[in-house]
Amino acid sequence: MDNLIEIRWHGRGGQGAKTASLLLADAAFNTGKYIQGFPEYGPERMGAPIVAYNRISDTPITIHSNIYEPDYVVVVDDTLLDCVDVTSGLKKDGAIVINSKKDNETLLKSLKGYEGSVYKIDARKISEEALGRYFPNTPMLAAIVKVTGIMSDEDFLNDMVGSFKHKFAKKPEVIDGNMNALRMALDQIEKVK
Amino acid sequence: MSIRERLSGNEAAAFAMKQINPDVVAAFPITPSTEIPQYFSSFVDNGQVDTEFVAVESEHSAMSACIGAEAAGGRAMTATSANGLSLMWEMIYIASSLRLPIVMSLVNRAVSGPLNIHNDHSDAMGVRDSGWIMLFSENNQEVYDNLIMAHRIAENKDVLLPLMVCQDGFITSHSIENIELIEDDKVKEFIGTYKPDHFLLNEKEPMAIGPLDLQAYLFEHKKQQADAMRNAKKVILDVAKDFEKMTGRKYGFFEEYKMEDAEVVIVCMNSTAGTTKATVDKLRKEGVKAGLLKIRVFRPFPTEEVANALKNAKAIAVLDKADSLNGAGGALFEDVVSSMYVSNIHVPTVDYVYGIGGRDTTMKEIESVYRDLLKIVETGDIQNPYRYLGVRGDK
Repeated sequence: MDNLIEIRWHGRGGQGAKTASLLLADAAFNTGKYIQGFPEYGPERMGAPIVAYNRISDTPITIHSNIYEPDYVVVVDDTLLDCVDVTSGLKKDGAIVINSKKDNETLLKSLKGYEGSVYKIDARKISEEALGRYFPNTPMLAAIVKVTGIMSDEDFLNDMVGSFKHKFAKKPEVIDGNMNALRMALDQIEKVK
Repeated sequence: MSIRERLSGNEAAAFAMKQINPDVVAAFPITPSTEIPQYFSSFVDNGQVDTEFVAVESEHSAMSACIGAEAAGGRAMTATSANGLSLMWEMIYIASSLRLPIVMSLVNRAVSGPLNIHNDHSDAMGVRDSGWIMLFSENNQEVYDNLIMAHRIAENKDVLLPLMVCQDGFITSHSIENIELIEDDKVKEFIGTYKPDHFLLNEKEPMAIGPLDLQAYLFEHKKQQADAMRNAKKVILDVAKDFEKMTGRKYGFFEEYKMEDAEVVIVCMNSTAGTTKATVDKLRKEGVKAGLLKIRVFRPFPTEEVANALKNAKAIAVLDKADSLNGAGGALFEDVVSSMYVSNIHVPTVDYVYGIGGRDTTMKEIESVYRDLLKIVETGDIQNPYRYLGVRGDK
């Protein structure tokens, strides 16, 4: 498993964290990588904390366990910061990406001294501007692609057009909005530290 | 050229079924296998297969419908998990004793109770003596490949037994991973047409199926079933050879991973084998001679071959993902130990019941098993052979 990247997603049921992890797997697959995308299934309910995972590697992946020491963490809902230990096991040379409009100081305080890189993005604002509704997973997908650097912005956007055409075959009117959300996210992601 | 794709284990199973295009699929939804008939029903709806899809009202009826379809002379498939398999129980035995080569996807899940929807092998272990061929699959690729090989094995005239392809619920069934698919026409040619010698809808040969079978004959019929299971060993290897010619992917009774000089060896099945491979790689870098024997063919159990593969080990751990609750070891442990004993091979061997009800099994835990084995090699002391991995409280 050469250049293995492990990512953990924290979201709430209904926000699309699982879908985002599968779309990330898709995008990485299309660049020729070996991938895993899998949610941790629990008693799933709208609003309940959920976890999903990605492994991305240059060579076949054989590990079939959850991820306890991720390289990256994505937090799709910042209310989880109060109730879930989102930086648990997160590598010091890794990064966390949070959907939040909190000021940097407040955000860092809630991360209990995590030493690695911290990024934030206001996925609500982007989603509501681009899609007219709150679907945080699309901006968060773009954010983690940017932070991990697994592919260029251009390759990512080209690939996602295809994915959205497939995913939204029955409602093509939302494709442009989703593409806009991705572009805005790539542009607006902010490094906190 | 194979087709590079990414599919979940359930998608891989449904895709294989699409290419197999059986005459009948009868299924009732149960987590985590639900997606298989769900995806397949969309293939039916889209006209991508010409299968008769029977949306039955229970798993007992699902297996009954498969029995009816297969006895009539068709190819029948189904999918289930855990309590779905429990409800099929009566018909599971009837399918095998009527020598009907039905093929099932079993997405392994803990049998209730208390209610648990996650993976262990208690469902599969419950039917290990039912006369079904049982193939286990490490990942989506093996799910797909095992299903493509299934009918050729089950329908062979020397076998004529039903076959189930097992995979770990959620762990592989719901994980998207890379997979190499085979072109439709190649699959069609590989599997061929099902032409049973005897079938109910043959008006030239009226017959009864499953009538009363008392002291005078049942024993002989059971012996024939047992012989068929023994015959399956050769057929499984023959089919694997043809499959390798088509795909380049090699299959046997089991996979030996870094076993040539292995001193400490784990024996296990399904997805844990993948995590064990990664652990073996890590330990090998540290100079530990670790190896893995991953069982693919659990029924028939390849006793001599397993014993032979393990004969040079210095200590062995068998990982059982189901507790037999028998005051002794798990099912795989008992099979491995008795295989070695009858071949006069005596290597210190311990059992670990692990992963019950979806308890996650990590590389760290697998490594701790190899460390335990190194201690046994060093001290020669097995201590308690009936152990637990990853449980709270007394091990």
